[in-house]
Amino acid sequence: MEATITLHVDGEKRELTVDTRTTLLDALRDRLGNTSPKKGCDHGQCGSCTVLLEGRRVVSCLTFAVAHDGATVTTAAGLAGEDQLHPVARAFVDHDGFQCGYCTPGQVCSAVGMLEEAGADWPSHVTEDLRAPVTLDDAEIRERMSGNLCRCGAYVNIVAAIREASR
Amino acid sequence: MKPFAYTRPAEAADAVAEVAANPDAAYIGGGTNLVDHMKLGIAEPTSLVDVRDLLSHRVEKLPDGRIRVGAAVPNSDLAAHPEIREHYPVLSQALLAGASGQLRNAATTGGNLLQRTRCVYFQNRAMPCNKREPGTGCAAIEGYGRYNAVLGASEHCVATHPSDMAVALTALGAQVRVLGPSGERTIDLPGLHRLPGDTPQRDTILEHGDLITAVDLPRLPLAARSAYRKVRDRASYAFALVSVAAALRVVDGTVEDVRVAFGGLAHAPWRAHRAEEELRGGPATEEAFRDAARAELADAETGPGNAFKVPMAVNTLAATLRDLSTEETS
Repeated sequence: MEATITLHVDGEKRELTVDTRTTLLDALRDRLGNTSPKKGCDHGQCGSCTVLLEGRRVVSCLTFAVAHDGATVTTAAGLAGEDQLHPVARAFVDHDGFQCGYCTPGQVCSAVGMLEEAGADWPSHVTEDLRAPVTLDDAEIRERMSGNLCRCGAYVNIVAAIREASR
Repeated sequence: MKPFAYTRPAEAADAVAEVAANPDAAYIGGGTNLVDHMKLGIAEPTSLVDVRDLLSHRVEKLPDGRIRVGAAVPNSDLAAHPEIREHYPVLSQALLAGASGQLRNAATTGGNLLQRTRCVYFQNRAMPCNKREPGTGCAAIEGYGRYNAVLGASEHCVATHPSDMAVALTALGAQVRVLGPSGERTIDLPGLHRLPGDTPQRDTILEHGDLITAVDLPRLPLAARSAYRKVRDRASYAFALVSVAAALRVVDGTVEDVRVAFGGLAHAPWRAHRAEEELRGGPATEEAFRDAARAELADAETGPGNAFKVPMAVNTLAATLRDLSTEETS
């Protein structure tokens, strides 16, 4: 069964007809040619397909495209400006926050969404005082980024990159 | 994945009528559990009725002091809500102990309550499972047992309920508001989830077509001093081996009031009435906490894979109550 939907992807309005079974991830990659979000586990466990949906980080593999008619989607590719990287992506480069790079677009989108959440003083599992403003120390960054796996194990530098980007 | 029709009705009553009329229809909210199950072939709805937009996204204070949480409130928003952080910290902590930031942004309050077990045999179509396919047997009983239930299991199913949030709501005695084909009703937790018995395919007492519309939190001053403690195989982003949701009031060294629920031990969030009774009116000491936990676990049945859960549950409850009673005096 098919449905015609509109997605606003990285600032561009795109209309497409999808089978209802198409995930948002597959719509972005296979239908719209946006290969920035990656398919890792395809079960919501690895975070490599993370995008910003209406500004919030989600895994695009666990939601059907048809459920997001009219939505705004930002991928890591869409975070960049005309000729410069997004500050979070820049920090990943500066700190070697990757090795093979496959998880990186998901890591970057997740970090951007996470910084927004922390900026709004959303607590995390490791926040001692639920009512106090959030201080993004390394333990907070690690906990908040636990939904993004890096099989190369670049975590130390990912944390460093996000620490810098958070300043 | 089997083809399915997708609709997004504007009114809850229309959604209920649509699902009630088709035995193979299902509601979808955040989709974080259902979409995965559709990929795995363990859920095969022919029609998805999207209720994310029609259900309430609000957390509101009712005139009588209760808090009403709309069924579509995302887990992350509920955890971060100032009212919840202040008056029901156990609920914030439970939500934050579950899943990942991305999943909490998508997962809804109603969907979290209805998420299904992570038993590896349930999630694998190649294996027998009475919950997925009644009558085929239970591969978990003789298999990998680390996550198996120790309380209230049956010869047909040893699965555990995976939700952290539901454990907190069970300790709080929250009410679940349901709209069904014959109207509205409320279910007091822990009455929503059931033990497996002879029908492990049923996780809850809900009937086909029933739609959770909201969760009401009681006015409960006790909950201002409450906590959720989760023990798992990784520091983050893993399901509970054992978890405890507790609220405690100690006056002059005596337990005046207490609420306890366990996660990871049973097919349903486990309200520890027996432990609560043992504790109430008694001394707020480590020894008393341990005795109460042991009383609750007295009927536990374990195998080689999950025997550790009994001492772990005792230790976890004792540690949670110790922390809460220490805060009290400081």
